[in-house]
Amino acid sequence: MAAIELRGVVKRFGSITAVDGLDLEVPEGICLGLLGPNGAGKSTTMRLLTGQALPDAGELRALGHKLPEDSKAARAKMGVVPQLDNLDVDVTVEDNLAVYARLYRVKDVGGAVDRALDLARLRDRRRDAVDQLSGGMRRRLLLARGLVHEPRLVLLDEPTVGLDPQIRTELWTLIGELKSRGTTILMSTHYIEEAERLADEVAVMTKGKIIARGHPAKLIDEHAGEQTAEVYGPPERLVEVRAGAEAQGLMVRPAGPAVAIVGSERAGNGGIPSEAVIRAATLEDVFVLLTGEEAE
Amino acid sequence: MSAEAKTMRRLEPAAIKGVMSREVANFRTYWKGTTFSSVLEPIVYLLAFGLGLGATLVDEVAGIPYIEFVGTGMVATAVIFSSALPSMFGTFVKHRFQNTYEAILAAPVDIEELVSAEMLWIAIRSGFYGCFPLLVTIGFGLDPAPGMLLVPLFCFVTALGFAGFGVAMAATVAKIDQFNYVTALFITPLFLVAGTFFPIDGLPEGFQIVAQANPLHQLVELVRGGAFGFEPVDIARFAFLVAFAFAMWRVAVSRMAKRLID
Ligand SMILES: Nc1ncnc2c1ncn2[C@@H]1O[C@H](COP(=O)(O)OP(=O)(O)OP(=O)(O)O)[C@@H](O)[C@H]1O
Ligand SMILES: [Mg+2]
Repeated sequence: MAAIELRGVVKRFGSITAVDGLDLEVPEGICLGLLGPNGAGKSTTMRLLTGQALPDAGELRALGHKLPEDSKAARAKMGVVPQLDNLDVDVTVEDNLAVYARLYRVKDVGGAVDRALDLARLRDRRRDAVDQLSGGMRRRLLLARGLVHEPRLVLLDEPTVGLDPQIRTELWTLIGELKSRGTTILMSTHYIEEAERLADEVAVMTKGKIIARGHPAKLIDEHAGEQTAEVYGPPERLVEVRAGAEAQGLMVRPAGPAVAIVGSERAGNGGIPSEAVIRAATLEDVFVLLTGEEAE
Repeated sequence: MSAEAKTMRRLEPAAIKGVMSREVANFRTYWKGTTFSSVLEPIVYLLAFGLGLGATLVDEVAGIPYIEFVGTGMVATAVIFSSALPSMFGTFVKHRFQNTYEAILAAPVDIEELVSAEMLWIAIRSGFYGCFPLLVTIGFGLDPAPGMLLVPLFCFVTALGFAGFGVAMAATVAKIDQFNYVTALFITPLFLVAGTFFPIDGLPEGFQIVAQANPLHQLVELVRGGAFGFEPVDIARFAFLVAFAFAMWRVAVSRMAKRLID
């Protein structure tokens, strides 16, 4: 049984179709990175999985429970870490955790709080109010709160969006630990690096659908090839390079101040300008080619 | 399997207790201020109205010294201001600014449990704070009576209804400043025409009928019943408050479901 099974799921908001016939299967024990640009439907997918959005069509199962009918039983075994910090700021660290241990019907609340404090490395701050913590500590606490009942499946919705690099790295370490314990993780993100580091498999989502899925290396191989040639220069030069490469049937994408010729190893002799910087193809190349959006 | 069947019941005590424990944890950080104003407010009102108005303009109402008339009536004031307003603002802030409900609903808690817990907690608090004006009035000379022991219950039931009203309003307004309309249209009139400061039967007949539909008026009558002797009609008054609480509970649950589930 897969931890998550979605078939033909549709969710509309008025004229917007946020999720458009989504098929998604997440086997137990893996970390699946749901990679998509803004508005792709990642958060809506998460909300469908917690019963906070009702599908217009399709079938959804989480941990074998049919959604939304059986959502409460599914939620009991699922941990959710939201995109936005919604801790109770005046309340102590340990009380924040204890409340959620109770909401998840944990029998030994004290034990669960201690475990979560260890995970968040906040044992010595347990009696401090949340608003006395640093940004990184708050984020660790938010993650630990979602794990207080040791769930089998964890939904992480853009867990590090808008955070500074140091906090991001701290969280990556914690998510890595969670992975190594065999917890199934569905993690949405629009940071390529996050998906590359943490995900066993990546699903690229855009406009409510998954358009590619697989291990990062496989996706790179399938969609980008081996090498990418980046050419920097004034805009007129870039236009020229782009035209030249496209004439040879090569894929070209914008890359900030440069253009990137993806799959440059397929170019004929002299097909790549001599000033080009050659590098290995990346997941970012795949993402930008497939979604048409510049990655972060 | 049995554990799963259990987590799927409606109105699970564990879920309700969990949500309430969050309120209690927050309350521990601000109870001093709330309690201080709940004690001070009736004292100020009693000094102003009871002594000021009582000494100069009115002596007695329906055979009751004016200060005791106002003091017993102020129980209703304490109840509406410790239920409708905190419920309205608290729910709005938790929903729109703090995203608290999103986190709670990701746990095995459904909207009915969430709303019930929020209402219960506010009603328990109000049941408690509603007694302060009565205690203050006793300090000003009102004789204690056994019927007063029912006052916390009367306050609790009334506050349940107003907590539900607050939740429903919070789920209805688009912006927090629209609460000004709610206050001006509902809360202030209900509070003024409850029979706290002047007896309802002095009003024109139309107003009297409207006042009978005011839960706060029924509460005021019940509190005075507790202090000065119940009448048979008080059973109907209590039943009215129970019906009000029940109706507001259902409205609050359905408004919140509309708001929180897309
Ligand atoms: N409650 C809602 N009402 C109306 N439209 C909505 C609602 N929730 C989402 N949408 C729309 O659905 C689409 C998908 O939104 P969603 O939040 O799922 O995207 P996302 O992939 O999470 O994006 P981001 O990376 O910006 O978080 C967007 O066009 C969004 O405006
Ligand atoms: Mg999102």
